[in-house]
Amino acid sequence: MAEPAKKVEEKKVIDEGLEKGTDRLTPDRIEKVIKQVLEGESGARLKAYVDTCIHCGLCSEACHYYLSHDNDPRWSPVGKVKQTLWEMLKKKGRVSADFIRTTAEIASTECNLCKRCAMYCPFGIDIAYLMLIVRRICHRLGVTPLYIQDTAHSHSVTMNQMWVKGDEWPDTLQWQEEEAQAEIPTLRIPLEKEGADIMYSVIGPGPKFQAQLIYQAAVIMNIAGLDWTMPATPGWDNSDMAMFTGDNEIMGRIKRTHFETAARLKVKRIVMGECGHAFRSIQDVGNRWLGWRMPPIPIAHAIEFYYELLKEGKIRVAKKYAETVTFQDPCNVVRGAGLHEKARDVVNQICENFIEMHPNREHNYCCCAGGGVINCGPPYKLKRMKSNRIKAEQLFAVKSRGAKTLIAPCHNCHSGLEDINHHYELGMDIKFLGDILYEVMEKPES
Amino acid sequence: MNSLYNFVSGPLAWMAFIIFFGGCLFRIISILALVHKKEKFIYTYMSWKYSFRSIMHWIIPFATVNWRKHPVLTLVTFAFHICLIITPIFLLSHIILWDESWNVSWWSLPDSLVQVMTLIVIGSCVFFLIRRLIAPEVQYVTSASDYIILAIVAAPFITGFMAYYQWFGYQFFTILHIFSGEVMLVAIPFTRLSHMLFSPFTRAYMGSEFGGVRHARDW
Amino acid sequence: MHYSSEWDWEVGEKSVADINQWKTKFNWIEEPHASPNGEQVAAIVNLSEGEFNVCVNGQLWQNVFDKIWYLRFAPDGRLTALVSEMGEWTVAVDGVAWENKFGYVWDTRFSQDGRNIVVAVQQDMQYCLARNGKPWENTYQNLTCMAISPDGKRTAASVQTSPLTEGDIFTFQQGIYTAAVDGAAWDKNFVNVWNMAFSPDGQSVAAEVRLNLYDYTIAVNGEPWGHTFDCVWEPIFHPDNGGVFAPVRAGGKWTLAKDGDPVWDRKFVQLWHQMFSPDGKKMAAVVAPKYGKWTMAVEGRPWSIAFDEMISEAIFSPDSTRLAAVGKSNGKYSVAVDGTLWKNSFDMVWKPVFSPDSRHVAAKVENEGRYTIAVDDRIWKESYEAVWDPVFSPEGDRLLLRTLDNGNYVRRIIPLNKLTR
Repeated sequence: MAEPAKKVEEKKVIDEGLEKGTDRLTPDRIEKVIKQVLEGESGARLKAYVDTCIHCGLCSEACHYYLSHDNDPRWSPVGKVKQTLWEMLKKKGRVSADFIRTTAEIASTECNLCKRCAMYCPFGIDIAYLMLIVRRICHRLGVTPLYIQDTAHSHSVTMNQMWVKGDEWPDTLQWQEEEAQAEIPTLRIPLEKEGADIMYSVIGPGPKFQAQLIYQAAVIMNIAGLDWTMPATPGWDNSDMAMFTGDNEIMGRIKRTHFETAARLKVKRIVMGECGHAFRSIQDVGNRWLGWRMPPIPIAHAIEFYYELLKEGKIRVAKKYAETVTFQDPCNVVRGAGLHEKARDVVNQICENFIEMHPNREHNYCCCAGGGVINCGPPYKLKRMKSNRIKAEQLFAVKSRGAKTLIAPCHNCHSGLEDINHHYELGMDIKFLGDILYEVMEKPES
Repeated sequence: MNSLYNFVSGPLAWMAFIIFFGGCLFRIISILALVHKKEKFIYTYMSWKYSFRSIMHWIIPFATVNWRKHPVLTLVTFAFHICLIITPIFLLSHIILWDESWNVSWWSLPDSLVQVMTLIVIGSCVFFLIRRLIAPEVQYVTSASDYIILAIVAAPFITGFMAYYQWFGYQFFTILHIFSGEVMLVAIPFTRLSHMLFSPFTRAYMGSEFGGVRHARDW
Repeated sequence: MHYSSEWDWEVGEKSVADINQWKTKFNWIEEPHASPNGEQVAAIVNLSEGEFNVCVNGQLWQNVFDKIWYLRFAPDGRLTALVSEMGEWTVAVDGVAWENKFGYVWDTRFSQDGRNIVVAVQQDMQYCLARNGKPWENTYQNLTCMAISPDGKRTAASVQTSPLTEGDIFTFQQGIYTAAVDGAAWDKNFVNVWNMAFSPDGQSVAAEVRLNLYDYTIAVNGEPWGHTFDCVWEPIFHPDNGGVFAPVRAGGKWTLAKDGDPVWDRKFVQLWHQMFSPDGKKMAAVVAPKYGKWTMAVEGRPWSIAFDEMISEAIFSPDSTRLAAVGKSNGKYSVAVDGTLWKNSFDMVWKPVFSPDSRHVAAKVENEGRYTIAVDDRIWKESYEAVWDPVFSPEGDRLLLRTLDNGNYVRRIIPLNKLTR
C-alpha cells in the first residue's frame, strides 16, 4: 500500500456553515437549546446511557477513527462523547460558542453513526444515538456543516437530496428509458402505474450523476418480468440527510412523502437501490418519528431483491464475473438489517471468485463516508481519508490475497471507498452489485 | 469504639440496606417511568428472546468478539464481578451477623476460598486502577469520580481483609469495613455503580433492537 | 358521480374492446385506463421507435406523438395525456394538443367537474402552472406543491422568488419561497411553503410554512398564524365558515388546531389527513393514538379498533353519518366502517365508495393477483385481471363494474342485491 502521494498539513477546516452559525450564538441561546434537547426531547435512553457508562474505553477499538489515528483516545467513541455531550451535561448547557463549533465538527464529521461501537460496549450503549442528540442540538443552534445543511434544504424544498426539480425527474427517467430501449427495444420504465407490485425508489444523486444505475435497474426489472413502477412526483427519493443533520421534522416530512407516494401507487412493497443510509431512514429511523413501528409498506434493499431474483430464477447468470472480488459489508444493511449472508449468496452466484476481507459481516470496518460525513463535503475529505487508514490497510490486505474488484452495495460506501482507493493508491475496481449483475445476467439478443 | 461499632453495625447498617434497596427500586422505577413518559415506543421493540440472547453472550467470558480481543481484561473483569458479588453474600461472618440480626442464614463458603476471592477483588481493583492510569483510551475518559468509585468498591475488601487477619487495630478495621461496605451499598444506586441496575436493561434493549429489527448480532 | 345520471344504467354486460387484438397491431401497449362511465378503454401504444399514439376502443387518435405519458381520463370523460412533439411538451385532450407548447409539462390535475385541466410547466428553466393551455403570466425559478381550487378556476403553487446558488444556505435561510396564486406571489417570503389548500369558494389559500429552520405554522393568504409549532401538516378549510384547520405538533405530540389554536383536547403520536364531513359538521382524521397503532378519530375521538401498519383512503358517506377507511395489519388490507372491521382481508384495497343513500360501502380489492370488488364485506364471485373502482348508480341500486380479463374489457351493470346477497 502506498502512502498518500503528498503529505498535506492538517489545517483547521474552514466551513462557513459552522463559522457563521457560531457567530450567531449567544450564551443564553446555547443554554436554552441544550436544555430543550437534553431535558425536553430526550428521555430514559440518554439518562441510562450516561449513568451506565463506566468509562472503560472498551468501545475504542470498534472505531475506525480511533484505529486510524494510532489509537489516539480523542477519536474513540467514548472520547467523542466526552468532548461533546459530557461537557454539556457537566456545565448544564453553559458552554461557549467555540465549544459548539468544535462539538458540531466532532459530531458531524468524526462519527459515521455506524454503530460498530454498540457491538463492543459490554452494556450496549448506543453512542451513535448520543452523537445524533449532539447533532440535533447543533441543528437547533444553526451550526451544521454547510454542504450537508444545503442538502437538508434541498430535501425540504424538493423532497429530494439534489435540488432535482419537478420536471427533471420524469424527464431523466424517460431519457434513461429511451437509452435502454437501444438495448431492449420494448423496455419500459412505467411511471405512475397504480397497482404495480413494486415501487422502485432511488437516491437523489441517481438522476443527477448516476443515471446509469436507473438504466441498469430498468433492465433488471424488465428482464425479470416484474410488475413495477416509479413515481413521477416527489417521493421518489428515499435518501435522507435531514436524519443526519438532526432536522427530524424534515426527516419526517420526506419519509412521509416517500411512504405516501408508495401508498398512493398501491404497491405491495418498495424496492430500493444500493443505498445504506436511505434504508436506515426508511426501515428504522424516519418511520419511527412518524409513529410507524415498522415501515407501513415493506422495503427491500437491492441485496435482498437481487437475492430473490436469483433464487427464483427470474434472473439467470450467463457467465460469472471473472475477476476476484471482495465485499464491503455496509453498516446500515448488515449491522442494520442482517443482509450479509444474502449478499454473499448473491456475490457467489454472480462472481467466480470471492474472498473475504477481515474483519467482515457485522464486524466490518465502516467506510468513513456514511452517517452524513461524506455529505459534509470537500472541507473534510482529507480528514475522512486520514481517519480511515485502517480501511485502506484492510483493503490492501485483501488485495494482496488477490482481490481486484471491491463490491460496495451502498452509495456512501462506494463513494467513500473510491476516495480511499485513490488517496491510498490501492488500485482496486469498485463496483455495485448491480453493476456486476447487469454485466453477467442473461439478456435477450438485441 | 464499642458504641461506634454498635452504631455502624446497627442503625447505620439498617439505613444502608434501606437506602440500597430503596434506592435501587427508586432508580429502576424512575427510569421506567421516564420511558413511559417520553419513549414509550421502546416497549414495542423489547423482546425476551433477543434480550436474553444478548445478555447471555455478554455474561459469558469470551463469548463476544470484544471479550476475546481483551483476554486479560475479560478474565479480570469476570473474576472481579463474580467475587465482588459472591464473597460478601457467602462469607460465614456476614451470615452469622445476618443470622443474629434478622434470623436468616444460608450456606457459606470456606474462609480460605473467601480470602482468595477477596484478594482477587483487591487485585482486580489494582488492575483497574493501573489500567485507568496507563491505558490512554481509558485515561482520556477518566475523571476523579472514576477513582472514587473504584476506591468505594475496593475499600470494603481491603478493610475486610485487614480485619480478618487482625494484624493491628482489629476493631478499627472492622468498623471501617462495615462502614465502607455501607458506603458502597449506598453508592450503588446513586453513582455510576448503578450500571449494576441499568446494564441489563441497556443490554436487553440493544439486543432487542439488533435481534428483532436489525437481524444482526450485537456481540 | 357528477355525470353518472347521464350514463347507461341498464343491467347487463357490454364487451367494449379486446385489447389482445391491439397487441398484434402495436409494438407494445401500456397500462389500460377505463373512462369514468366505463364506455371507453384506452392505452398508450407504441407504433415504432419514437412514435406513440393512444388507442381508444381500438381507434387511434388522429395525431402521432414522439412520446406520450400520463394518460388520464378527466372526471367529465375527456381523455388527456402529456405529449411531446419536436422536443416540446404539452397536453393533448382527446387527441388534440394544446396550442401552447412548453419545455416540459407534468402532474395533470382536474377540477371536480373535469372542465379545467391544470399542469405544471417548465419553459426555459422557468416554472409556472398552465390551465387549459394558458400559462401563468409570471414564472419562477422553481415550483412545487401545486394546488387547484375545487372548480379549477384558480391555481396555486409554492414558488421560489429569488435566485439560489447551490450551497448558499444563508440566502435560503432568509426565505426565498412563497405561494403564488394564479401566478401572483404572496408579499411575504418563507423558508419553506408546502401543501396549500383552497377554500371551497376558491378565494382563500392556506399553506404550511416554515418561518425559519425551526418554527412552523400555517399562513392564510400570506399571513402566518399568530402561533408557531414544532411541525405542521397540510391545512384544510371548513366547508362553510372559512376556518382553517391543520394538525400541529408541540412537545412531541400532535393535535388539531383551528386558526392557530388547538381545538381537540387529545394529543396523538400522529395526526394527519383531516377531513370534514360533507355537511361540515364533523371532522375526521387519521391518527396514531399509540405508537405503531393507527385508526380514525372523529371529532378527536379515536375508533376502538386500530391497525398495526397504516390507515388511509378515508371517506365520509354522502349523508355525513358514516366513515370508511382502508387499514393494514400483518401485511393485509381491510376496510373499517365506523370503527367496525370487515371480516375479509385482502392483498390490496382501493378507496371505498359509499352508495348515494350512504347505506352501502364498495371497494376494489385484490387477492393473489386477481381483482374484484367487495360490497359490505361480501366479495363478488368473479375476479379479473384488472378492475376499476366501482361506481354506484344515482339511485344506488346498481353498480358499474369495469373489468378486464384475457384482454377483454367489459362494462358491467350489476344489481346491488346480486352483490350483497
